[in-house]
Amino acid sequence: MKTFASIILFALATAATAQPSADEIIDRVDRNMSSENRIFESTMTIQGKRGTRVITSKSYTAGDKKSFTEYLSPPREQGIKMLKLEDQLWIYSPSTDRTIQISGHMLRQSVMGSDLSYEDMMEDRKLTDLYSARVTGRETIDGRETWVLELNARVEDIAYSKRKIWIDTERYVPLKEELYARSGQLLKRSTMSDVIRVDGRWFPTTVVYKDMLKQGDGTEFKVTAIKFNQAIPDYIFSKAALKQ
Amino acid sequence: MKLAIKLAFKNLIGAGLRTWLNVIVLSFSFVMIIAAKGILVGWDRQAKKDMADWEIAGGQYWNANYDPYDAFTLTEAHSVIPGQFKDEIERGDMVPVLITQGTIYPEGRMQSILIKGIDPGQSLLELPTGRLDTAAGALPAIIGSNMARANRLSKGDYVTIRWRDANGTFDAAEILITDIFTTNVPTVDVGQVWIALDSLQSMVLMPGEATILTFRDQENREAGVGDWKLMTYKSLVSEVDEMIKTKSVGQSIFYIILLILALLAIFDTQVLSIFRRQKEIGTYVALGYTRKEVVLLFTVEGAMHAVLAAVTGAIYGIPLLVWLANKGISLGMSSAEFGFTMADTMYPVYSGSLIIGTTLLVMIATTIVSYWPSRRIAKMNPTEALRGKLQ
Repeated sequence: MKTFASIILFALATAATAQPSADEIIDRVDRNMSSENRIFESTMTIQGKRGTRVITSKSYTAGDKKSFTEYLSPPREQGIKMLKLEDQLWIYSPSTDRTIQISGHMLRQSVMGSDLSYEDMMEDRKLTDLYSARVTGRETIDGRETWVLELNARVEDIAYSKRKIWIDTERYVPLKEELYARSGQLLKRSTMSDVIRVDGRWFPTTVVYKDMLKQGDGTEFKVTAIKFNQAIPDYIFSKAALKQ
Repeated sequence: MKLAIKLAFKNLIGAGLRTWLNVIVLSFSFVMIIAAKGILVGWDRQAKKDMADWEIAGGQYWNANYDPYDAFTLTEAHSVIPGQFKDEIERGDMVPVLITQGTIYPEGRMQSILIKGIDPGQSLLELPTGRLDTAAGALPAIIGSNMARANRLSKGDYVTIRWRDANGTFDAAEILITDIFTTNVPTVDVGQVWIALDSLQSMVLMPGEATILTFRDQENREAGVGDWKLMTYKSLVSEVDEMIKTKSVGQSIFYIILLILALLAIFDTQVLSIFRRQKEIGTYVALGYTRKEVVLLFTVEGAMHAVLAAVTGAIYGIPLLVWLANKGISLGMSSAEFGFTMADTMYPVYSGSLIIGTTLLVMIATTIVSYWPSRRIAKMNPTEALRGKLQ
């Protein structure tokens, strides 16, 4: 009996050491998801009350500070370009041939009527810098084993005071994320799916963003093509590229 | 002169139907101008009274960053209420209001709103803020009837609102609609939710802060207190003045057309009179009238149309205008559709200056158009006029 108890204790201890800490998990996710740069094409399906709009775009991203997006369709949005450099964002509209900087409170507006705000797109601070994380349990999502991480804000200037993230225990990709208000009310939920392996890393190609206080099916963001670590010329991340 | 008036009156009455047609058209102008201007005066008074009762009282102090036309300024437009106003606030002579941007989710729809915090015990403004003291599981809130209609909300409904605190962190809570008020002032109604000031201050982490301070008495106010700027009653209602001015211009086009038609008819009558009554003019001169006196006679004759029109207009206009003033004019639409203060039913107000001013305007205009063709008389050759020869 004593031997059996020892075996159980040993097994538990091994399991405990096998599970990485929350910070380690986030770090592995960051390493898996981030790359030196990437080029991807995507479709954004916005499900509104008056119907569904599908917007396609091509994006160039270098690290997490620089990104450039050009909208390809529908005709109304075609040619609109967005450039993000550090914490600044510019939008070029071909119909007016003007480049405007989105700043301050404008960043809180919705992007093309979707459930995403410019601010959501701009957030590039590391989660580990903003939140203290802990693993609260394990859950299965679509047959995949996940760790449930609870993140509580440790800085004041932050949009969401609490987040919950479900991380695939094997592939180190997030499969679900929930954003909470200070009062604890669930505000937004994103679910990631269609995880593929590209250049040796796992990447979820479909993300559905949903404002939980609002009716509707949310906004689906689908990556249709992606390439990592490509040679992206520097001029792409310049304001001059917006008018080209 | 007395003789000229007597003679002019006789001639005018003698012309029969032609005179009365002119008089009736001119009297329409009289009544129209007074009625239309009366509506604007009534609107002006009602709008200013409603604004004072519901929103601005005797005036306001605004946080220097506050711009009611730019909701984005709201995140910066708040500061601690200056200590010197403490007594005034305690006496109930000043009401602080804190404003923040938020979102309401009625039935899962999303709508941008302003969340306004006000002292539930205030009595300076007509808002039924007493209903914010109601003990409930959710945060008690009051809204205007236009807001309730637009978002399909009723008394007793629970609805979620979301806002950001001073640090930009999202927060959300459920509110209970404890009262729905009806007002003609859309700026306290449309797209707004009123809750208790202390609740909002703690929700947005702005203790003791406000955006607007509304006061009862405007006398001896400093132009600026710290980062608060004085907004006098006059400057706050200037929007109504501007609106009335714009409406007045648009409206005057209609009655100016009517007045021109009437004056044109009188002008025409005068030209015709002078043409057809050449022998008469010649006779007057032969009898010793100077040309100036004949011109005066014809001018008085024309101007007398206005006197008759004033009398005729009074006969049917006074009962009509009194009835309108009592019954009011319902536009069948809400003030919310316009975005400025306007009662659903407008009650015209006719002041003495309005009536005297209109009478003078019509009389002077009629005299001018009567004098204009009469000047020809001065150039007439009396012998040829006597013979009735065309000149």
